[in-house]
Amino acid sequence: MTPVALVRELGFRAIRVVAELGSMLLFTLSFLRAAVVPPLRPQRFVDEIYNLGVLSLVIVGVSGFAVGMVLGLQGYNTLVRFGAEGSLGAVVGLSLVRELGPVLTALLVTGRAGSATAAEISSMVTSEQLDGLRMMSVDPMDIVVAPKAIAMIFVMPILTSLFVLAGLLGAYFIGVGLMGLDAGVFLSSLKSSIRFADDIGGCYLKALIFGFLAGLIATFRGYHATPTAAGVSAATTSTVVVTSVAVLIGDYFLTALWGFQI
Amino acid sequence: MAFDGRTVFDSLSCAFPRGRITVVLGGSGSGKSTLLRLIGGLIQPEAGRVEVAGHDVTDPHTSLAEVRSRIGMLFQHGALLDSLSVFDNLALPLREHTDLDRAAIAQAVRAQLDAVGLGNVEGLLPGQLSGGMLRRAALARAIIRSPEILLCDEPFSGLDPASLKRIEILLTRINRQRGITLIVVSHHIASTLRLADQALLLLPGRSVCGPPAALRSSSDPEVADFFDEELDVEALDREERAAT
Amino acid sequence: MSRSPLRDLIAGVFVVIGLAAVAFLAFRVGETPFEHRGGFPLFATFDEVAGLKDRAPVDIAGVRVGRVTSIGLDENYRARVAMDIDPKVELPADTSASIVTSGLLGDRYISLQLGGDTEILKPGEEIGFTESAVVLERLLGKFAGNFGSTGEPSKTEGQ
Repeated sequence: MTPVALVRELGFRAIRVVAELGSMLLFTLSFLRAAVVPPLRPQRFVDEIYNLGVLSLVIVGVSGFAVGMVLGLQGYNTLVRFGAEGSLGAVVGLSLVRELGPVLTALLVTGRAGSATAAEISSMVTSEQLDGLRMMSVDPMDIVVAPKAIAMIFVMPILTSLFVLAGLLGAYFIGVGLMGLDAGVFLSSLKSSIRFADDIGGCYLKALIFGFLAGLIATFRGYHATPTAAGVSAATTSTVVVTSVAVLIGDYFLTALWGFQI
Repeated sequence: MAFDGRTVFDSLSCAFPRGRITVVLGGSGSGKSTLLRLIGGLIQPEAGRVEVAGHDVTDPHTSLAEVRSRIGMLFQHGALLDSLSVFDNLALPLREHTDLDRAAIAQAVRAQLDAVGLGNVEGLLPGQLSGGMLRRAALARAIIRSPEILLCDEPFSGLDPASLKRIEILLTRINRQRGITLIVVSHHIASTLRLADQALLLLPGRSVCGPPAALRSSSDPEVADFFDEELDVEALDREERAAT
Repeated sequence: MSRSPLRDLIAGVFVVIGLAAVAFLAFRVGETPFEHRGGFPLFATFDEVAGLKDRAPVDIAGVRVGRVTSIGLDENYRARVAMDIDPKVELPADTSASIVTSGLLGDRYISLQLGGDTEILKPGEEIGFTESAVVLERLLGKFAGNFGSTGEPSKTEGQ
C-alpha cells in the first residue's frame, strides 16, 4: 500500500468512526424520545424485563456465586499469611461492589441478553419485519427498540445487586463455612469497609451506565444490520465485542472520575 | 432515480391505474422491490417524485402515516412479527390505529382470516405455518385496514403450484370485490399473464409499459428476450463471450 | 403485544426481588451512615493526627460509636477533628480521645476513654483531653538516631 493510500484509508476510517458515533447519538435521542412520547408501551417493557432480566438470572446468580467463592478462597489464602484474614469481608466486598459486580454483570448480560437482542432485531431487519411495522405506521423505535434499550438500563442495576449478593454469599460460604472464619468478623469487616455514598452509589452508577451502553449497542447494531444471514451474525458478534470493550474502558474512566476513597 | 449510490432507474415514469392490477416485471436486481419501497415511502429517491393518491411521498412534509393508511403491503417473506401469534399480528394494526374494542377486533381478525381461508391458525406463531399459509396470513394483515392500494412483493415466489394458484385467486378476488388497486412485483411470467391488467417491464436503463399480451408479442428484442421461456444455451454462451 | 399473565407475574417478582436486593445492598451491607439517624457532632483538637482519615471510625472499648466527619487546622495550627457520634451514647465531660492504630501498620482511628464526670458532653462541645497520633517513622528515626554515632547517618533523622 502506498503512503498516500494508507493516509487516505486512515482518514476514511476515522471519518467513519465519527459518523458512527454521531449516528449512535441520534439513535439514542430517538429511542429516548420514543420511550417518553405516547404511545407508551408498558406491556412491551414488561416483556423485555422478562427477556433481558429474568432470563439472565441464572447465569448472573451462578457466576456471582462462583466469583465470590474464588475471591473468598484466594483472599483468605493471601490474607492469612499476614494474619489479616479478618479483613476478608472487606476485600471481597470492596472488589465485588466497586468493580467485579458491575463489570462482570455487564459482560454476562451482554453475552446472554445483548447478543439475543441484536440477533432478534437484525433478523427482524432481514425478514423485513421492521419495514412491515413502518408500513402499518407503527414506529419500530417505539415498539421494538425503546422497550429493549430502556429495559436493559432498568435490569442492569438489579442484576448487579443480585450478582454482588450471590458473590458475598459465595465468599461467606468459603470464608465462614469452609475456612472457619468467624461470621461476625467477616460481616463487620464487610460492613465497615463499604460506604453508602461512594461504594454503593458508584456501583449503581456503573451499572446504569453499563446498562445504557449494552442496550444502546445491541439495539443499534441490530437495527443497522445488513439484511442478510451474515449480517445477523455480524451484528451479534460485534455487539458482544463492542459492548465488552466499551464496558471495560468505560469502567476505568468511571473509576477514575468517581474517585473511590481508599 | 438512483439509490444507495447505485443508479437503479434512470428514467422511469409510470402511472398505476386505480382499481387495476399492475404487475411489475424484471430480472433480479432490476429494482422491482425498490420501486415498491419507494411507493411505500420506505426509501427516498435521490431525484424524482412518487405520488400516491395525490400525496407526494418524497416530500418530507407529507404525512406518511396518512399515505400508509391507504396502502397495504405484502412482503416477500410475510414480515409477520415472529414473537406474536397470527391473531396478534393481524390485530396489531387495528389496535394501533382504530378505537375498536376487543370483541370488534377479534371479529375483524377472524373475518379476515376466513377470507383468506385460514380458519384455525390464529393461535399459532408465524414460524409454525407453512410457506403458503404464512403468505396468506400476511395477505390478511396487509388488507385488514381496507387499504386502497395493495403492494405485493414477490407474492408467488417459493410456493408450490396449489398455494400459488390460491394466492392468485385471492389477489384477483381482492381486486374485483373490494376494488383495491394492486401493484404486484413478480418475475413469474405465467401468473402475470393471467392476473395483470397492465404490465411494467423494467429493463436495464429503461422501462416498457403496456397490456401484458401486447408486451409478450412485442417486437422489441429485449422485451421479447424477457418473455422467451426457451432455454437458449447458445445465446447465453454468445452473450458471455461478447462480454469477455 | 401479546399478554401472558404468568410471564408478567414472573417479571414482576423479578423486579420486586431485584429492588429488595438493591435496598439490602444499599442499607444492610454498606455501612449505615450515622448522619441519617441524627448523630451529634463533637470536636477534639490534637497536636498530631498523621494517618487519620476522613470517615475513620470512632470507638469506645473497640465498639464503633461514630466516625470522623472532617479534619482541619484551627487558628493555632493544631489539628481540629470533627466527629459524628451515635446519639445513644452519653459521654462524660472528662472523656479523653486518643488516636490509635489497629495493628502495627493498620488504619488510624479515634478511641474514646470515658471519664467519671457526672456531666454529659452536649452536641457541638469539645473533648478536652486528647492524646496525639504516634508517628512510627519518627519513633524509628529517634531510635536510629541514638545509634547514629556508629552507623550511617539516618535519613529520617532530620525532623
